[in-house]
Amino acid sequence: MDLLNAIVAMANFVFLPAISYGSQLALGALGVTLIYGILRFSNFAHGDTMAFGAMATILFTWFLQSLGVSLGPLPTALLALPVGIAATALLVLAVDRLVYKFYREQKAAPVILVIVSMGVMFVMNGLVRFIIGVDDQRFADGARFIITAREFKEKTGLQEGLAIKSTAMLTVVVAVIVVAILFWFLNRTRTGKSMRAFSDNEDLALLSGINPERVVMITWIIVAGLATIAGVLYGLDKSFKPFTYFQLLLPIFASAIVGGLGNPIGAIAGGFVIAFSEVTITYAFKKVAGYVIPAWEPDGLVQLLSTDYKFAVSFAILIIVLLFRPTGLFRGKAL
Amino acid sequence: MKKLLLASAASALVATSAMAGSHSEVKIGIILGYTGPIESLVANMGPGAELAMAEVSESGALLGGAKVTPVIGDSTCVDAGAATAAAERLITSDGVKGIVGADCSGVTGAILQNVAVPNGMVMVSPSATSPGLSHQNNEDEGLFFRTAPSDARQGVVMTEVLMELGIKEVAVTYTNNDYGKGLADSFQAAYEAAGGKVTINAAHEDGKADYSAEVGALASAGGDRLVVAGYVDQGGSGIVRSALDSGAFDTFHFPDGMIGSQLVENFGSEINGSSGQHPSPSEELAANFTALVDGKFEATSPFAPESYDSAALIMLAMQAAGSVEPGDYKSKIMDVANAPGEKINAGELAKGLQILADGGEIDYVGASDVELIGPGEAAGNYRVVGYEDGAEVTAGRK
Repeated sequence: MDLLNAIVAMANFVFLPAISYGSQLALGALGVTLIYGILRFSNFAHGDTMAFGAMATILFTWFLQSLGVSLGPLPTALLALPVGIAATALLVLAVDRLVYKFYREQKAAPVILVIVSMGVMFVMNGLVRFIIGVDDQRFADGARFIITAREFKEKTGLQEGLAIKSTAMLTVVVAVIVVAILFWFLNRTRTGKSMRAFSDNEDLALLSGINPERVVMITWIIVAGLATIAGVLYGLDKSFKPFTYFQLLLPIFASAIVGGLGNPIGAIAGGFVIAFSEVTITYAFKKVAGYVIPAWEPDGLVQLLSTDYKFAVSFAILIIVLLFRPTGLFRGKAL
Repeated sequence: MKKLLLASAASALVATSAMAGSHSEVKIGIILGYTGPIESLVANMGPGAELAMAEVSESGALLGGAKVTPVIGDSTCVDAGAATAAAERLITSDGVKGIVGADCSGVTGAILQNVAVPNGMVMVSPSATSPGLSHQNNEDEGLFFRTAPSDARQGVVMTEVLMELGIKEVAVTYTNNDYGKGLADSFQAAYEAAGGKVTINAAHEDGKADYSAEVGALASAGGDRLVVAGYVDQGGSGIVRSALDSGAFDTFHFPDGMIGSQLVENFGSEINGSSGQHPSPSEELAANFTALVDGKFEATSPFAPESYDSAALIMLAMQAAGSVEPGDYKSKIMDVANAPGEKINAGELAKGLQILADGGEIDYVGASDVELIGPGEAAGNYRVVGYEDGAEVTAGRK
C-alpha cells in the first residue's frame, strides 16, 4: 500500500507534469529544428510565432463560443486550430517574403539571419500584445479533468491523489499524432524527401531539379502548423500570456540543441530530457521516501537541489552534452 | 516726473508681490513612478497627494495663507538612477520643502540615501513597504516616514489570521524579489515565534512557463495551507493553478500582492475556504475619502488614500513647527499623526491647521487611519478576507 502511495505521488508530481511539459517543448523544438535544418538558421522568433498562432486560435475560439459552438468534453479551441494555423502560415510566409528572402538571396551568413530573426521576434512580440493585450487570457472550455486528485483518493482509498488533466492528456495525444504525421511526411512523400534532400545538401538538391522556393514555403507552412499547435496546447494546459511564450524560447532551444539541432527525433528526445530533468532533480523526495522506508522520518526535504536551480539544471545538461557530443544526443548538425 | 512716479510705483508693486510670493508659496515634491510597472496605481496616487495640497491652499490656513504648489518628478519605480536625478532636480533647482514619495521600495531607499539625507530633506512615502526601510538606528536622521505599513507588520498580521483559523503548519512560496523575500522571511519569523511550522520557504520566478517543479517540492513538504507571497497577474497565479490541478493544496493564504478581482476571476470557487489580508482603511474612512474625491480619480485604488495622507502630514507638521524648513518640522510629523489631540479626517485639513495655529494638538486620522509607530511608519490596518462561493468576503479587520 505504501509503495503504491509512493508511486502515485511520483506519478502525480513528477511523471505526468513532465510528460505534458515535455510534449509541449518537443513540439516547439521540432519547429526550431526544422528551420535550422532546412533554412539553416536559429529562429529566435519561434516563441512569438507560437504566441501569434495561439492568439489567432483564441480569437476564433471566442467567436465560436459566442455562436454557442462546442465540442462537448473537448476544448472548442481544437475546432479553431485550422484557422489559427492558416493565419500563422500567412504571417510567416509574408515575413519570409519581406525579410528572410532578401538575406537568402544575398547568401547571408547564418549569424546575420539569427539577428534578423531577433528583429522579427520583437515585431511579432509587439503585434501580439497590440492585438490581444498583455494580460492572461482564458479560452479553455470542456472538461478540465479526466480524474481529479480527490476522486482518485475516494475511489482507490490511497492517501495520495492522482490528477489527470484532460488538457495534459490531449497534449500528449496530439503531440504523438502530429509527430507521426510529420515523420510520415518527411520520410514517405515526395515533397518530404525533397525537403530532406535540400537539408542534406543544398547544391546537389538544386542540381537534381528541386525548387528551393517551394521547399522553403512548405517548411514555413509546417513550422506555422507546429508552432500554432504547440502554442495552443500550452495555452490550454497552462494559460495564455504573451510574455510566457517569449520565456518558453529558452527551454525550447535547450531541447533542440540537446537533441541535436536539425534532427527531428532529437528535438523530441531533447524536449523530454529537459522537462524531466527540470522536474525530477528539484523534486523533494521527503514524502516518497517516507512511504518507501516507513522507519525513516527525514527531517529535511530530501531534495537534491532547490527549485531555484531548475534552469541551472537544464543548462548544465546542455553544456555537458555540448562538451562531449557537440552535435547533440542524436547526431544533428555541428553548431 | 509723471513717468518716474509711475515707474517707481510699479517697481514697488512688483517688489512687494515678489516679497509676498516668497512668503506665501511652499513647493512640495511628488516623486512617484508616473512611468513604469506601477504607473496604473500612480495615476490615482499622484492626484491623491495633489488633492491634499489643493485643499490646504484653498483654506488659506497654512502659515498665514501660504499656497502649496506640487512639483512632480518621475521615480520610474525601478530605475534608481533616474529617481535620484529627479529628486536632485526637485531639491536643488525647484527648491521643494518636502517630498511625497517615492513609491517602490528600491528607488525610495536610493533617493533617501543619496539625496534626502545629504540635503536634510523630509520624505513621506505612501507605498514603500520593504522591512529594509525601517530605520531602527536613525540611519535616516529622522527624515523618512511612510504612511504604508512595513511588510514585517504584514507577517505578524498574517500569523494572527492563520493562528485564529487553527492552522499550525504551512508551506510558503514567494516571488523572487525584495517584496516577496522580505514578506516571506518576516512571516516565517513571526509564525515560528507563535509556534507554527513552516515546512518549506521556496522562491518562484515570475512569468515562467511551467511551475510543476515548484509545486512538486511544495506538495512534498506538505502543510495545511499554501502561503503565496507573489503577484496575482504573475507567477502567483501560475503556482495556484498548478497546485489546484495536481491536488497538492486545496486552500491558500494570500498576502496583499495576490488580492484583487483578478484572483476571483482566475479561480472562482476553486479557492473556497482560502484566506488572505491586505492593507485597507475602514469602510467609513473609505466612504468619507470617496466622497471627498468626488470622482476626480479612483479613491479606492491601492495607496491613493496613503498618498493624500503623506502630503497632509508634511503640511500639518509645517504648521505645527511654524516653519517650512525640513529640519524644523521633521520632529513634528509624529506629533501630528498620533494621539493626543483632536481627530482630523480627510477633508478637515483646514480645521487641523487652525487648531495647530491656535497652539492645540491634533491626532491626524486622514484617509487611511494614520498611526505612526517605531521609526515613523504606519501601524497598518488590514482587511482580512475569506473566499466563499467564488467571491471575496470581508472576514474581519486587524
